[in-house]
Amino acid sequence: MSRQSVARAHQKIQELSWEPMYHEPVSHYGTDYTFRKAQKKDPLKQVLRSYFPMQEEKDHRVYGASDGAIRGNMFRQVQERWLEWQKLFLSIIPLPEISAARAMPLLFRTVPNPELHNGQAIQMIDEVRHSTIQQNLKRLYMNNYIDPAGFNSSLRNFQNDYCGTIGRQFAEGFITGDAITAASIYLTIVAETAFTNTLFVAMPAEAAANGDYLLPTVFHSVQSDESRHISNGYATLLMALADEGNHQLLERDLRYAWWNNHRVVDAAIGTFIEYGTKDRRKDRESYAEMWRRWIYDDYYRSYLVPLEKYGLVIPHDLIEEAWNQIWNKGYVHEVAQFFATGWLANYWRIDPMTDKDFEWFEHKYPGWYDRYGKWWEQYNRLSTPNGHHPIVAEDVDYQYPHRCWVCMVPCLVREDMVMAEVDGQWRTYCHEACRWTDVEAFRPTYQGRQTPNMGQLIGSREWETLYHGWNWADVVSDMGFVRDDGKTLVAQPHLNLDPSKMWTLDHLRRMDPLLSPNVLLNEMTDDERAAFHAAYVRGGPAGRFARDDA
Amino acid sequence: MTTAERSVPKPVFTDAEAGAKEFPDSTARRFNYYTPQKRKQTHYEDVTVEVQPDPRHYLAQGWLYGFSDGRGGYPLDWTVLKAWGSDRPEPARGPGSGGKGYDWPAHGWHEFRDPNEEWELSLYRYNANVVRQVGQNVEAARRSKAFEQWNTNWVRFVERHVGAWMHVDHGLGLYLFANANRRAPTNMHNNAISVNSMHRIRAAQDLALYGLTLSEEIEGFDGSAHLDAWNNDPAWQGVRETAERLTAVDDWCEAVFAANVVFEPLVGELFRSHLVQHAAPRNGDFVTPTIVGAEEYDFSERDLRYTRAMFELLTADREFAEHNKRILHSWMADWVPASIAAARALQPLWSQPEAKPPRFEDALDSAKSRFAGIVTDLGLETPKELAQ
Repeated sequence: MSRQSVARAHQKIQELSWEPMYHEPVSHYGTDYTFRKAQKKDPLKQVLRSYFPMQEEKDHRVYGASDGAIRGNMFRQVQERWLEWQKLFLSIIPLPEISAARAMPLLFRTVPNPELHNGQAIQMIDEVRHSTIQQNLKRLYMNNYIDPAGFNSSLRNFQNDYCGTIGRQFAEGFITGDAITAASIYLTIVAETAFTNTLFVAMPAEAAANGDYLLPTVFHSVQSDESRHISNGYATLLMALADEGNHQLLERDLRYAWWNNHRVVDAAIGTFIEYGTKDRRKDRESYAEMWRRWIYDDYYRSYLVPLEKYGLVIPHDLIEEAWNQIWNKGYVHEVAQFFATGWLANYWRIDPMTDKDFEWFEHKYPGWYDRYGKWWEQYNRLSTPNGHHPIVAEDVDYQYPHRCWVCMVPCLVREDMVMAEVDGQWRTYCHEACRWTDVEAFRPTYQGRQTPNMGQLIGSREWETLYHGWNWADVVSDMGFVRDDGKTLVAQPHLNLDPSKMWTLDHLRRMDPLLSPNVLLNEMTDDERAAFHAAYVRGGPAGRFARDDA
Repeated sequence: MTTAERSVPKPVFTDAEAGAKEFPDSTARRFNYYTPQKRKQTHYEDVTVEVQPDPRHYLAQGWLYGFSDGRGGYPLDWTVLKAWGSDRPEPARGPGSGGKGYDWPAHGWHEFRDPNEEWELSLYRYNANVVRQVGQNVEAARRSKAFEQWNTNWVRFVERHVGAWMHVDHGLGLYLFANANRRAPTNMHNNAISVNSMHRIRAAQDLALYGLTLSEEIEGFDGSAHLDAWNNDPAWQGVRETAERLTAVDDWCEAVFAANVVFEPLVGELFRSHLVQHAAPRNGDFVTPTIVGAEEYDFSERDLRYTRAMFELLTADREFAEHNKRILHSWMADWVPASIAAARALQPLWSQPEAKPPRFEDALDSAKSRFAGIVTDLGLETPKELAQ
């Protein structure tokens, strides 16, 4: 089809929409935003007669590469350190994808522009594509990678593991609450426009460097759909900006969505890229460098800042603070250390860091060794069972952190931890921005304005609380993270598959019970709690207890 | 001259392929968190089942984000129909509760499997084939000057009435089916519904773009006549009102049932198969039936197929079969008269082509018979309103 005929075809399909004469379509979802009807154009002019063959062709390429990878014995060159982290990533990501499909109807009745609805329907089916093509990739890994454990129990694991819970925000945030907050600002304006760059472009590049060219094949194919979705979000954002009454809500939602995406995505993807790679060339980009390029320059400076002239209040302070967290406060390193501390509650194996890794980290993040090096040496020392406990129960000067009640990543940058008593519970937050999200943003009034459609943060948000007082062996059994011999853990703090080197439930049985930091916090008197907080914020980096002389 | 060595990752032999070592789980190469419908897990099940979580079995910490009323996820009471286990409360969580829920699947909704096994590979292959074939049919007809054989009455009929159907497809595709893809409690339901949505939106576009070609090929073909028919023609107002009502239904099961079990056989197939498909060849048109036929195949061989499987489970449910049948009968009592009224309003169209199709009453009888067969297969009584 010529370009001209695409334009004509797109013009023709605008005749399909109609104004109801007898009954209005059902309105299931609410928003506190207001929209005026506007002839905002669908910028991509996608017509299904070209869309379906285009996607089919993309599929041919993906599945051809998959066949090639198997025939070419790709898995003889794949780094286990890398593939193990994919057990986490690929357990999470199909849900955000399918949730994006489910989110599209939230916009039908709230954004009065039929031309955009067409684009949203195509996004819906794109997302079905992404979810199932990613499940298929995971299935391929399960069938062809040396250790299927964790892939084979993926979706059960994801649903009952605290890491899965962290990742699930990146899905549930799309489909509930105020329709525009969820399906437009959180999903398309921030998650897709900003963070798919690191998810679907930066991370696959790292996969290729670790011998896995299927992840880039699948995810670059996915990413090629994202430009359409970004356009959907942009068009809706411009419509929202047209009404000044929305500006206050846009400011709120950008702050919440930006900060939550940073907390969740940078935690996960930063860890995968920095701690899941074996590529330690000094000139390969660090996650911080990638972030600076893809998110700070491409998203913040090139996409967000130009929107200021339309009245969008941009959270400059939180963007700079996210960078501060990554560059100065070691956010990614703190998260990776925590994942490794709690390796036994996971469903993948975490490779110890070596001298070569240390050298690279020191080169990319000067001062890294002083902060984290000693702890990783301890991790290495304690990685195979030899009469000691897993590292979480050994004395390695690591204070098990409190959970952030909002983003559910623990409060790892200790100095930033804040507390609040909300709804009769003392809650801990990893940062003031997360406290604000709970106490101020997700409320039925915001800065004195009624926001009856704003969503709620719900659920049992501290994983440890579910298992307060449980023996660790029972915890891991309850979650199902046990291999088919009935005793060997799925997770291991090393990559050695010799059964005699692998941890079992018997090793965990000897440990003290798991105690929920939040339960303990709520059992304290006010004075004890204040003293605890004062000490906690003096702790760190690398989880160190506060020193009396500090 | 020497060239500096480029900095590239070096391939490393890791021997990380399946079978390289034996250890616990080394041969456990199937997803172990669900029970397949048949003996072996299918590819479709592997990429679909359990992607959408459920706090009743594995979702230990429950839903994390809720609407303003505090409800998150996919509440089962977004339809009044029930599958076994629906009334069991979500497992309570608290300090020391652990994270286990009911054994998988926890309730009967998770037993649904789309017999079309739709996932991305199947849906793009299918729809790409359809649009290619439709495009080739129209192109072949254009080259052979096939449209010159049409008589004037038929040109008017196609521009006005065949064109009007695109609005039904578009409206239901977007505001009923795409809307419903947020409502059902499992990924299997919602994926099947979203594919149904794309069938309808694609069929709408097929008709619209066919109209664009006809505007270019047939002198005097009024490419906008479908708008007047849809907006003003009394013959179409019953269909329009019913279609609009369908998009207004709150209960997702009612919406899918009313559209695919009631409206489509009594109105959609009546119009497409019994009018357009029969009248076109007699009026020198062998092209339109291939386009309308694509949509007919979508419905009869795919969309109705998953719909049957979905409702068969509910009418044979081990706990709520009677409850579900009672409600489905009440829905039929509402939607059958509306659909028959819409069908009857279309009757004047039967006399408009120069070469007439078989009689309207015969066509309607066939449509009713088809509908009665579907209903009986679902274990339901044929509603008395069908006699209208």
